[in-house]
Amino acid sequence: MLQFSWFSSLAMENPKLEGAFDLNGYIKIATDGTVTIASPNPEVGQNVKTSMPMIVAEELDVNWENVVVVQAPLNTSIFTRQIAGGSRSINESWDALRMAGATARHMLVQAAAKAWNVPTSEIDVKAGVITHSISGKSAKFGEMASAASKIKVPEEVEVKNIKDFKIIRHSHKNVDGPAITTGKAVFGLDVYSENMVFASIVHPPAFGMKLESFDASEALSMKGIDDVFTIQTYPEDFERNYFDINAFPELIVITGDSTWRILKAKKTIKAEWIPFDSHSVKVQGMGGGGVSNEKVPSGIENTEDHYSAMIKKSKENAKEVRKDGDPEKAFSEAAKVIERSFTAPYLAHSPLEPLNFYANVTAVKAELIGPIQTPEFMEKSVAKRLGMSLEQVDIQMTRIGGGFGRKLFGHYLVEAAIISQKIKKPVKLMYTREDDMTFGAYRPTYQASYRAALDENNNLIAFHVKTGGIPESPLFANRFPAGAVDNYLAESWTIESNITTAAFRAPRSNFMGAVEQAFLDEVAELAGKDPIDFRLELFDRAIKNPVGKKNDYEAERYAGVLKLVREKSNWGTNKSGISRGVAAYFCHDSYVADVIDLRMLDGKPIIEKVYCAVDCGIVVNPIAASNMVEGGSVDGIGHALYSILTIKDGVPQQRNYNDYHLIRNNDAPREVEVHFVESDVHPTGLGEPPFAPAIAALANALYKETGKRYYNQPYMVDIEAMYLQEKESV
Amino acid sequence: MALYTINVNGTSHQVDVDPDTPLLWILRDNLRLLGTKYGCGIAHCGVCTIHLDGEATRSCAYPISAIENKKIVTIEGLSEKGDHPVQKAWIEHDVPQCGYCQAGQIMTAASLLAQNSNPSDDEIRRAMNGNLCRCATYTRINRAIKTASKEM
Repeated sequence: MLQFSWFSSLAMENPKLEGAFDLNGYIKIATDGTVTIASPNPEVGQNVKTSMPMIVAEELDVNWENVVVVQAPLNTSIFTRQIAGGSRSINESWDALRMAGATARHMLVQAAAKAWNVPTSEIDVKAGVITHSISGKSAKFGEMASAASKIKVPEEVEVKNIKDFKIIRHSHKNVDGPAITTGKAVFGLDVYSENMVFASIVHPPAFGMKLESFDASEALSMKGIDDVFTIQTYPEDFERNYFDINAFPELIVITGDSTWRILKAKKTIKAEWIPFDSHSVKVQGMGGGGVSNEKVPSGIENTEDHYSAMIKKSKENAKEVRKDGDPEKAFSEAAKVIERSFTAPYLAHSPLEPLNFYANVTAVKAELIGPIQTPEFMEKSVAKRLGMSLEQVDIQMTRIGGGFGRKLFGHYLVEAAIISQKIKKPVKLMYTREDDMTFGAYRPTYQASYRAALDENNNLIAFHVKTGGIPESPLFANRFPAGAVDNYLAESWTIESNITTAAFRAPRSNFMGAVEQAFLDEVAELAGKDPIDFRLELFDRAIKNPVGKKNDYEAERYAGVLKLVREKSNWGTNKSGISRGVAAYFCHDSYVADVIDLRMLDGKPIIEKVYCAVDCGIVVNPIAASNMVEGGSVDGIGHALYSILTIKDGVPQQRNYNDYHLIRNNDAPREVEVHFVESDVHPTGLGEPPFAPAIAALANALYKETGKRYYNQPYMVDIEAMYLQEKESV
Repeated sequence: MALYTINVNGTSHQVDVDPDTPLLWILRDNLRLLGTKYGCGIAHCGVCTIHLDGEATRSCAYPISAIENKKIVTIEGLSEKGDHPVQKAWIEHDVPQCGYCQAGQIMTAASLLAQNSNPSDDEIRRAMNGNLCRCATYTRINRAIKTASKEM
């Protein structure tokens, strides 16, 4: 029995279907039997627009072929958590989605029972047909929809036994596939209205700078240009929420009659920029907690200085976050000690659809349409900034052309709203690729130092991780190998900066998983053990006799994916001309283990195959789940090999795809083979968990192939240097 | 401003625009053919790919003044019912994640197969290398092209 989080039936705003009856906000059924299911969460490529309605349809007991899916409106009084982030959509909405289907089914049964004057217990439902076999009566859902819509939504209802699932656990293709492949799918950038004005921005060229003055006389003389003015996205005293991260709160705005003309005019604007003083911004706590003052330090920063500051910091005292046993004693008595350090650079999320939003703000209403991962948070920011009530702000979600975390941070939506309010016209704000890449909110720069100690029998007796970053530490103190080693120390440090950073696919895990699993490969080698056997020994310890009470992972499931990938990849067999690496990681409630097969050709790694073993509980939609794991793995591999964003004199040095290197088709793994652990446990997410273990498996395979360990991302810097050296010495 | 007559998906359109305007913005802002996307503006990501006399071309860096009489085909005009072999293969392999780059991927793939109906794996990878997929669906893209090639 599940309990529903909402009790009243609220009208679905979109679309307005004639002759369709709203059962509970999620489901509308038309008299012809068409079932419309609203998908509550933003669709950013994780395929929730298919998988979430599948869960509703399963409990409703309708043929999937009769279902039409629509994007739900933002309505937090009906829907559980309208956010695309943290791999949490299915994980957190599983019960609510099942309840939405099950309550509607219950209401249809009640309507039929009333119409036929029979008890509900004698009624069966199958594939959209309600049957009373004793009397021989039956009705299609459409025939009972009107009566069912007048019944109160039940607060408690039985859901199916998972053994009876007919839709969940079966592959169903992307509901927007036909629209995407014909160019009809609507992304934010595709929103146009008749009297719409086009807008572009100019932001400071360097972090640590702000606008002093500007001269737009040339732009204003150009054809099609309406105006050039400044806006304050977040005034100094504005209480921001967590998702209002923004390095450049004051911008120059250009408006005009077409995209190309405003882009040309933008280049003619002459602006004076000056360094800003240290100051603070007010930020509300995530859970609606108190307001804190966050410092924004002054200064013009450089990547070179960042790396030397991180190395210095890694040698100073840091904050102890977890300590088990007596690590220092164990290290001093150890037979072997190994110590290694790792770094990773800033990364730009650079989704292919750049930041953009459509806004039409009038005196009474703010209509906003576009790509946003956090509509429920940004609705509050916009309302507060415009001086409107939440009811006056209407945010509509389009498909999102990639986010990877960047579109959690909706300053661009606020900017569009302010521009529309100011010019009193509908507006579409579009960032150019260069604006998008140089605006900040990057994956932080990280550093980690590890130490491990082995006794004379090659058992791991002590483990020490000391890690930090600019501006946040990536540490997860209670993750593996915490719990599997008697003497354990986790320490953390940070360095402040005015370069803004933000959640990036598998936040913090994208670094910690990669480097921890590369380090453990080296520890296993020092111990003379197979890297899978070495990890399984540690999991065995964590299962039988865990150290400490607070360990964030389930050791059986962790070991389970390693065993599965060992089996599927035929680990231990030699393939001619191929080198192999293995890794496993747990994050965002899911477990992933990878084996990577690669070889080198002309100084480039050719990744022949990636084997992935995944435990995410119940797999809702296998074909899409596999797609997520394939893409997440290749994405991790691509960033670790190629991508880096550097800063010189406060200025981002990579501005577009000609100098910011993303993985391309010819560099991508030739094959990714995904295996799921069969499981009946609560489903968890897949957007983020595959990212980090793929990086570590890559680093470990590269070591086997080249005889060299890789400590600094992106790895191609070292690989190319080595290749050049080899060529010269020949 | 200047008047240009261009042939898009078999239909003639007259547009009054600046001569340096890239074809991409004419397709989008003037003709509202929105399947062709903006990604970089410098012909480095491929989301704006269209066919110019059958050749896969980046419309973001191709000024209207250079089009002359060349025939333009966009994703909207690739097939009447969305059933070009490449489009069908994309559905069969459930390729898209976010979907933003896929129209460009499909246009490049369709142009490749029109010129070489049975490309090798290596030829596919090289032909598709100019089209970024930030969701990294490359393995499915390549498998879908293999499938489509059997129907060409």
